Amino acid sequence: MLTIGNYVKAKTPEEAYELNQARSSRIMGGMMWMRLSNARVKTLIDISGLGLDQIEETEDEIRIGAMCTLRQIEQSEAVKKLCGDGIEEAVRHIVGVQFRNQATVGGSIYGRFGFSDVLTAFLALDTYVELYDGGRICLAEFAKKKPDNDLLLFIVVKKKKRQFRYDSIRQTKTDFPVIACSVSREKANGQETWYFAVGARPMKADMIEKKWSVAKDASLEKIEEYAALAAAEFKYGTNMRGSAGYRQHLAKVLIKREIMSILSEEI
Amino acid sequence: MAEGQNVCSENKEIRETMRQMRVVNKGIRKVDAKALVTGRAVYTNDIASSDSLIVKLVRSPHAHALIKEINTTRAEALPGIECVLTYKDCPNKRFTLAGQTYPEPSPYDRLILDQRIRFVGDAVAIVAGTSEAVVKQAMRLIKVKYEVLEPVLDFRTAKDHPILVHPEENWRSLCPVGADNKRNLCAHDVSESGDVDAVLASCDHVIDRVYHTKANQQAMMETFRTYTYMDAYGRLNIVSSTQVPFHVRRILGNALDIPKHKIRVIKPRIGGGFGAKQTSVSEIYPALVTWKTGKPAKIIYTREESLIASSPRHEMEIHVRLGADKEGNIKGIDLYTLSNTGAFGEHGPTTVGLSGHKSIPLYGSAEAFRFSYDVVYTNVMSAGAYRGYGATQGIFALESAVNELAQTLHMDPTVLRAKNMVREGQMMPAYYGETTRSCALDRCLERAKEMIGWDEKYPCYDCGNGKVRGVGVAMAMQGSGISGVDTGAVEIKVNDDGFYSLMIGATDMGTGCDTILTQMAAECLECEMEDIVVHGVDTDNSPYDCGSYASSTTYVTGMAVVKTCETLRKKICERGAEYLGCSPDDVEFDGEKVVNLKTKEEITRKEIGNKVMCSSNAPLSATEAFSSPVSPPPFMVGIAEVEIDKETGVVEPIDYAAVVDCGTVVNPNLARVQTEGGIAQGIGMALYEDIIYSEKGKNYSNSFMQYKIPSRLDVGEIRVEFESSYEPTGPFGAKSIGEIVINTPSPAISNAVQNAVGVIVRELPITAEKVYKGMAEKE
Amino acid sequence: MEIQFVLNDKQVKAEVGADTILLNVLRDLGCKSVKCGCETTNCGLCTVWINGKSRLSCSVLAASIEGESVTTLEGVEKEAAQFGEFLADEGAEQCGFCSPGFIMNVLAMARELQNPTLDEIKEYLAGNLCRCTGYMGQLRAIKKYIEVKNAEKKGGKEE
Repeated sequence: MLTIGNYVKAKTPEEAYELNQARSSRIMGGMMWMRLSNARVKTLIDISGLGLDQIEETEDEIRIGAMCTLRQIEQSEAVKKLCGDGIEEAVRHIVGVQFRNQATVGGSIYGRFGFSDVLTAFLALDTYVELYDGGRICLAEFAKKKPDNDLLLFIVVKKKKRQFRYDSIRQTKTDFPVIACSVSREKANGQETWYFAVGARPMKADMIEKKWSVAKDASLEKIEEYAALAAAEFKYGTNMRGSAGYRQHLAKVLIKREIMSILSEEI
Repeated sequence: MAEGQNVCSENKEIRETMRQMRVVNKGIRKVDAKALVTGRAVYTNDIASSDSLIVKLVRSPHAHALIKEINTTRAEALPGIECVLTYKDCPNKRFTLAGQTYPEPSPYDRLILDQRIRFVGDAVAIVAGTSEAVVKQAMRLIKVKYEVLEPVLDFRTAKDHPILVHPEENWRSLCPVGADNKRNLCAHDVSESGDVDAVLASCDHVIDRVYHTKANQQAMMETFRTYTYMDAYGRLNIVSSTQVPFHVRRILGNALDIPKHKIRVIKPRIGGGFGAKQTSVSEIYPALVTWKTGKPAKIIYTREESLIASSPRHEMEIHVRLGADKEGNIKGIDLYTLSNTGAFGEHGPTTVGLSGHKSIPLYGSAEAFRFSYDVVYTNVMSAGAYRGYGATQGIFALESAVNELAQTLHMDPTVLRAKNMVREGQMMPAYYGETTRSCALDRCLERAKEMIGWDEKYPCYDCGNGKVRGVGVAMAMQGSGISGVDTGAVEIKVNDDGFYSLMIGATDMGTGCDTILTQMAAECLECEMEDIVVHGVDTDNSPYDCGSYASSTTYVTGMAVVKTCETLRKKICERGAEYLGCSPDDVEFDGEKVVNLKTKEEITRKEIGNKVMCSSNAPLSATEAFSSPVSPPPFMVGIAEVEIDKETGVVEPIDYAAVVDCGTVVNPNLARVQTEGGIAQGIGMALYEDIIYSEKGKNYSNSFMQYKIPSRLDVGEIRVEFESSYEPTGPFGAKSIGEIVINTPSPAISNAVQNAVGVIVRELPITAEKVYKGMAEKE
Repeated sequence: MEIQFVLNDKQVKAEVGADTILLNVLRDLGCKSVKCGCETTNCGLCTVWINGKSRLSCSVLAASIEGESVTTLEGVEKEAAQFGEFLADEGAEQCGFCSPGFIMNVLAMARELQNPTLDEIKEYLAGNLCRCTGYMGQLRAIKKYIEVKNAEKKGGKEE
């Protein structure tokens, strides 16, 4: 059972950061996961008063406050304009509306959970996190780091022209994914780059990038070959929801479908 | 042809009877609806007094162990802790928690707390204190030294295993169910008719397969909970979310080793049961606390406790041998069931019986059958009663085998069934020799086929997007109460202004029996629903009823209502005649008034009710009981349509057409919702729900995060219709509905998968991975 | 610590610990409609509104709602009863234990979505589990309720 000694609603990011330097302090996100833990937290820091619950759009990026709810990104027009339906697809399966009204993007990203749809989705976009102390680092790098005492302020998605797809397989529609895959393609300066992120393997999501030029009319066999290559670069494990072998197969199938969907899109 | 005409004319007659009814066969709102939809405080935890001690249990981390030492000193010293109880504080007299009529078939194998620990989650100590926080703190301070023993975790090797789950000398079995604790055996039996081996040997085709159904959780939304207190008379009062208040009284008497007259059990509104609460899972703990301390106490099971230490469906492995000639005439059925009762024997000896007795009789054509079984103890949580009660498992196995036979014969499985199914008027050797006096199974099959568009869709059709849709079929039956055992008594009193009190001991757990029994009474007494009051069960005031289980309430208690009303009408006539000063032979009661047919003088029910309360030497009330020598089976057919992703194996339920013969439908709305709900649970069992243990016996499926019951996105469309027969021994021609409705989804969905992609999954749940692997192996 | 918040349009105070869960505070304040079904955010029984949005009170720290506005079924009783009639007409309340949380989310949906499709309804309410009904009766009730609400709105405009 989670026990909490003190609850402090931080008034400034400085205060939140300072309080978080004590070993038994924790930052509160949506309280979805921490509540289920057996942690003994001495000081719980509520950062809901820091104005981190906005999605801001500038000319070259979308800045998502760490306290934005999953429901906010699901419904955000700015996010939709940049990423299509991918982000909505990534979060709409998560438990229910009530849950998504509460779970935060920051909590999901900071937690770096194996099952995280949110992390898997943002990894295939040009995403950065903005930390109070650590400044701006790319999400892929952040995902590899162990949780520390820094304070996650924003998730920043660069407005690059990436075609983005998200898909997952679940045992029930609102369950954790058995596998989650996001794929995107960027064409810049004549260079074509593919990004593949696979989560719920059941280990946390990883991302790889490939400088592949895939023809619009590539054959199914060719696409399957690409998908198999991409899927094979990730490690898979076995748990209650599926075996490693099945997961790799699913990753291959989903990646194939996502590549095909991207290729079929007129740009 | 003549037979068909008969059915038609009989239908007409039944329809005529239905038309004449004012209240029965009408979709009337539940009598407690208003309170439920406005969130009134009507459930156990809502009405428990706020000064109740909070009771929690320390549970074992080991699957099999002996408690060597248990130190509670520091916990007891904690301010706010009222008591910490261990096995040393409990009577050493064994009992069962199964809510069954005495003498219970379930063995007496439990103590409230035992020195021997039999599964991960078994109760080790009871802690009671003034707040949840202090109780949890105390729990951490209790130090237990265990001698960890090797557990018996594989139910296939449990029988005659050198390690015994119940080696104790005071274990006992009250009924001759073939139990032997020295062999890890909770029950064993063989029953047969004809020479099944010879018949199978003569068959052109014999399907010989093993099917495996896992344990499943009832997962009612309200977990187990009980509130206890001492009353002014020094009696122990139990307010509990239970399906079996009268059995709980006996069980607590046994468990606490106190006289039954010291105990009163009250059942308020219940947040679902589905059989889970036919086992007295939570009552003993706060009862012991209150009995020892004299203080009110309550226990509210967490969802985790409800998932790791409760009363789930028995896991069964069923070996079917099914023989037929090449025309598809089913000749012989041989069925062996191995059932896993877990650490204790609750409902072990009885659920297993239904796996054969309520599957084999579906095939009236069989010349011979044999049904044998073993029920074994293992070191996992004890199983219990779950809707369908063994029939669900048996029907999955036999219906799947019949579908495999259809494939072998290259025959449409609905045609194979139409050829072999049990018909009205047939004697059923595997159903204790009973004869079906009402059976519309043939019409159910025809209608279900029409609803789904079977002839157009069977066996499957390609959707063109990598997905294929298949249809699959299954039949089912159940009983209506336990013949010769279940007893329901009813009392109806006439009060001031002539309103009636309907006193029942049957337990509405959300199913609506308070409503449908009132409907029956209103029909019989020719009054409005509002003229009758009904309330929850109180063992001090309610007439005896074994409780709501075994699909008994509509049929058994319903008949008791009908009988009581007949007696009461006679008494009202007599009393009216007395007040009118004439002979009872000269009067008639029309529901509102008693009329002297000769003089046209009349006296209203209101006047009679008021008069009875002044200078009267006899109360105006009637009470009758009913028990049935037969248990007429309801029947149904379910047809599933599923869509399968050929690359991933993901199975999506699309449509489910169900047609039920429950005799007369007493309340079409409630019967429909019962059916839809049962099918949704069945879909959960077929596709999603699984209890998974670690190698050491720890239950991983310990939350709704891991034990996945279907959400509204996971069940597809469920469509229900009724094909009524008329059961002459039931109230208004009614049979049961509560349990049968969970029986068809597993075999029907399995058959739909088989018809879509040719993969037969013989172990539930039918996960995408199993289907994918099946497809991959075929390639 | 003492917190103050608005509960069903009334200012209330409660003494809570740093780790007290809102669900328990609400029940202690007499809102017994709020039920706990799973403790792991999966069932939706504990659904209440915080500042008008459906949330899971089993996973909200009471301390964090200082100054906020909380609505339980007790606060929207008339509306609940109105929708409840449709539910009762289908017999789809069944045991009733999930009804309060379910109704709260139905009413939230009715406020947020004007004319939801069947799929939208199912998705919006996916976080509200029910073990009794198989969901079909609830869906029938919702469809009828929305029809009546929309007709009311139309009627209102014409006036």
